[in-house]
Amino acid sequence: MQIALCIKQVPDTADIKWTENNTIQREGVESVINPFDTYAIETAVRLKEKIKDVHITVLSMGPPQAQEILKKAISMGVDDGFLVSDRKFAGADTIATSKTLAAAISEKIKDVDLIICGQFATDGDTAQTGPSIAQHLNFPQVTYVKEITGYKDGVLTVKREVEDGVEIVKVQLPAVLCMLKCDYEPRRPLIEGFIKAHNANVKSYSMEDVNLLPEEVGMKGSPTYVSKAFRPEQKQGGEVIVPNDAKEGAKILKEKLEEFKII
Amino acid sequence: MTNQGILIYAEVTREGDLAPVVLELANSAQDLAAKLGGQEVSALVVTNAGDIEHVKSDLKSNGFDKVYIVQDERLAIYSTEFYSKIVIDLINEIKPEIVLIGATTQGRDLAPRISSSLNTGLTADCTSLDINEKGMLAATRPTFGGNLMATILCKNFPQMASVRPKVLKKSTFPIEKDTQFIEIKPEIDNVEKKVELVEFIKNIPSTGKRIDESEIIVAGGKGLKSADGLKLLEELANVLGGAVGASRAAVDAGWADHSIQVGQTGKTVMPKLYIACAISGAIQHTVGMNSSEKIIAINKDPKAPIFQIADIGIVGDVYEIVPELIEMLK
Repeated sequence: MQIALCIKQVPDTADIKWTENNTIQREGVESVINPFDTYAIETAVRLKEKIKDVHITVLSMGPPQAQEILKKAISMGVDDGFLVSDRKFAGADTIATSKTLAAAISEKIKDVDLIICGQFATDGDTAQTGPSIAQHLNFPQVTYVKEITGYKDGVLTVKREVEDGVEIVKVQLPAVLCMLKCDYEPRRPLIEGFIKAHNANVKSYSMEDVNLLPEEVGMKGSPTYVSKAFRPEQKQGGEVIVPNDAKEGAKILKEKLEEFKII
Repeated sequence: MTNQGILIYAEVTREGDLAPVVLELANSAQDLAAKLGGQEVSALVVTNAGDIEHVKSDLKSNGFDKVYIVQDERLAIYSTEFYSKIVIDLINEIKPEIVLIGATTQGRDLAPRISSSLNTGLTADCTSLDINEKGMLAATRPTFGGNLMATILCKNFPQMASVRPKVLKKSTFPIEKDTQFIEIKPEIDNVEKKVELVEFIKNIPSTGKRIDESEIIVAGGKGLKSADGLKLLEELANVLGGAVGASRAAVDAGWADHSIQVGQTGKTVMPKLYIACAISGAIQHTVGMNSSEKIIAINKDPKAPIFQIADIGIVGDVYEIVPELIEMLK
């Protein structure tokens, strides 16, 4: 089974800083693997441990420094990886991004059976790239996946979390899965993993390499564009009270519940 | 420009009811349609072959000019393949200028397939929709975990946007229109269905209230130190008629299920009241709840960051204060 794992480098949410002009400061901000993608990696590696002949290739569209997250994925047990990187990709929205990733998968990975992505990215949070890749490749998709629970004869059984419960679904491969946070945590790499990642040859492919045209990628290939960005009004905290005892604390809360018209 | 009108995807729930978000979108669509010089607002209902009179009557007094209805027994359970084909077919036929979809699990599964197929833009999880001076849909949404708001325009048609439930308000009064109901046949005979639902296990929340629907959420974090704390919060939630939520730390500790996790790797909620108990308020948590109308925080640590966004903060022990509060409320 050939798995393609799509991951993204995102700024660490806890490390967002503002410039004087109220824009997000991009320089010097800690970058991490999108948290949902770490579960995608773990899920792929677990599948590889469970069934025979699984090969996992990780890919990401991003600037050259996104190599780091590909190496991190390799250190966790992914077989190999490549970057899709080109200045012409700048300003891509989800349509252009998914088109680029779909093209990279078709051009550079032979006979892909399964594509695994994170359900959301914590920066854009659109939840669109996975389903859009599926549409471009005409693959079925399962979103909001918690776990792969079985595999037999080209059919995966997966558990997905929806608003009102849990669904068990069967999907015919090739398919796209979009992962939520799982009930298991992504593993920490072992020393052998670090060595493998260090020695890994992570190639970088350009727009021409993945057989796309300038009008299909980046800002040109994006139907949407940002007309305005602004910092939302920050919620101001109210009073913080240190009550004399629990009774007093509870009384204050009760008064507030009345004031908020809750009771 | 040939594209005209606003189309709303009228999601039907597993129980066969109209999803509440549809009427919220309908109200916003009235405003957009007026700004566009009185364009038509229509809805698309995709459902099984059962009785849908109640869905029709819910749609009726909400300002729709047309309601397209696609009924077929093969559509009893949501299927990405079938449903996306049906929505795409209708869009190609009626060529709306704007398509609105609720950002529910189903909507988020469906919408990107439609936009990619039509090669048009989809602005996800908008918090407000407007028409700009050039008559284009200006969709505003939070990014970077709510740290930045972006207003997004779309160059292609239809311009698509999704909005989370409860962000917009449904109309407080009926908008009567001579709604035309149009039945159409689905063209899905040649669609290969590659995903099959094997089993659905309904989640019955301990308080009987779903976290994404509740107006009151009582949530607990790491500071509770044990699952007993969540039991206590459940009691408070029951008294207040709310739902229980948990921080990631509480979920990872095994005290609560991921389905009630609030925050970056959990759910985003916006209830009328959020009571954060023994939750320190790391940004990974607050991005999921900082749009709540009112926030109450109870925490032992007077320096806990949660107090910076709480409307009222009480420094103290949840295990002492909450039982007192429950007693007073009973």
